Amino acid sequence: MNITLNGEKRAVPDGLTVRGLLEHLKVKTEKVAVERNLEIVKKATYETTVLQEGDSFEVVSFMAGGFSIADFGLRIAD
Amino acid sequence: MNDDKLVIAGIEFKSRLWVGSGKYKDFEETRRATEASGSDVITVSVRRVNIIDKSKENLLDYIDPKKYKILPNTAGCYTAKDAIRTAMLAAEAGITKLVKLEVIGDDKTLFPDNEATLEAAKVLVKEGLIVLPYVSDDPIMCRKLVDVGCPAVMPLAAPIGSGLGIRNPYNLRIIMETVKVPVIVDAGVGTASDVAFAMELGCDAVLLNTAIAGAKDPIAMAEAMKYGVLGGRLAYRAGRIPKKLYATASSPLDGMIGS
Repeated sequence: MNITLNGEKRAVPDGLTVRGLLEHLKVKTEKVAVERNLEIVKKATYETTVLQEGDSFEVVSFMAGGFSIADFGLRIAD
Repeated sequence: MNDDKLVIAGIEFKSRLWVGSGKYKDFEETRRATEASGSDVITVSVRRVNIIDKSKENLLDYIDPKKYKILPNTAGCYTAKDAIRTAMLAAEAGITKLVKLEVIGDDKTLFPDNEATLEAAKVLVKEGLIVLPYVSDDPIMCRKLVDVGCPAVMPLAAPIGSGLGIRNPYNLRIIMETVKVPVIVDAGVGTASDVAFAMELGCDAVLLNTAIAGAKDPIAMAEAMKYGVLGGRLAYRAGRIPKKLYATASSPLDGMIGS
C-alpha cells in the first residue's frame, strides 16, 4: 500500500494502524504527533485508525529552534 | 523579594529569562548554555521526524521536560492556517498546552503578521491552548490579543537575531500600561545590558536565543544574561532615582573642617 509520509511517497504493509505504522517506522510514540490527511490523529485512536491507500501523513516532534530562521530545515508543507 | 514569582495561566515560572534552543553547535552546548542561563523555559520548534535517519539524537534527550518547561513555537509559519496546524500538533504531542504563537509576515525582517497572529490566537485559545503570541511592539495589537484570551504578550524588542536591543522602550511602557497581563520581550536583544534594560522598564520576562547561541562563548553569555535579568528586575523593584540635570551632593556639608 502506498502512502505519503512527511512529504515523500512510501510503500507500507497493508492494513496497518497508526500505531502499527509508527512501530514499522521504529518511531517512539511518546513526544510525537501525527496528522492524517490534514487532521490530527489523537493518541487514543492510534490503535483503531487504519491506514488507507493514498493517505498523507505528517509525523512531527520537537526539534531545536528558538525563533524563525531560514535554515531550520523541513517546514510542514501542504 | 523572594515572592517575586512570574505566573501565567496558573503556571509558575522560576526564571524571568526564557531561552531558545536554536543555532547551537550541538545538543551538549544547548544543554550547558541552558543550564548556565538559569532559565526554566526553553522554546522548541515542531518539525517532521527524520524517518530515514533515526540515529540522530533528540533534543529532549538533553533537555529534560521534567526540569524545563518546554515551549513549542510555530516558527517558520507564514499563515494563520499553518500556525494553527503546527500549534495543534505540538499540543497533541502531549507535553504541554503552552505554545509560542509566531506567524511571520516577511522573511527579510521576520516581523510578525499581526493580523494572522490574532486570527490564529482566537482559534487556538478556543481549542484550549495557552497562547503566548510574538507580536509587534504595538499596544493596540497587544490589547486585542489579550481580549481574545492570550494570558501574556510577547512584543519584539528588535528584529529576530538582530541584536539591536530595546529599540522602542516607550512603546513597551505603553504596552505594559495597556494590558494587565505579563509582557515578555521577545527577540532582538544582543547582550546582558539589553535584558537588564528591559527588566528595568518593568517587563516581566525576556525570551532570547541568538544573543546566547551566537556569542563567542555561549555558556558565559548565558550566565551573563542570567545576571542581567536578575539585576534589572531587582533595580525595577527597588525603584530607581529620578534623572536630574545637575549634581546632588552625597556627603553631608555639616562638620566640614574650617566651617
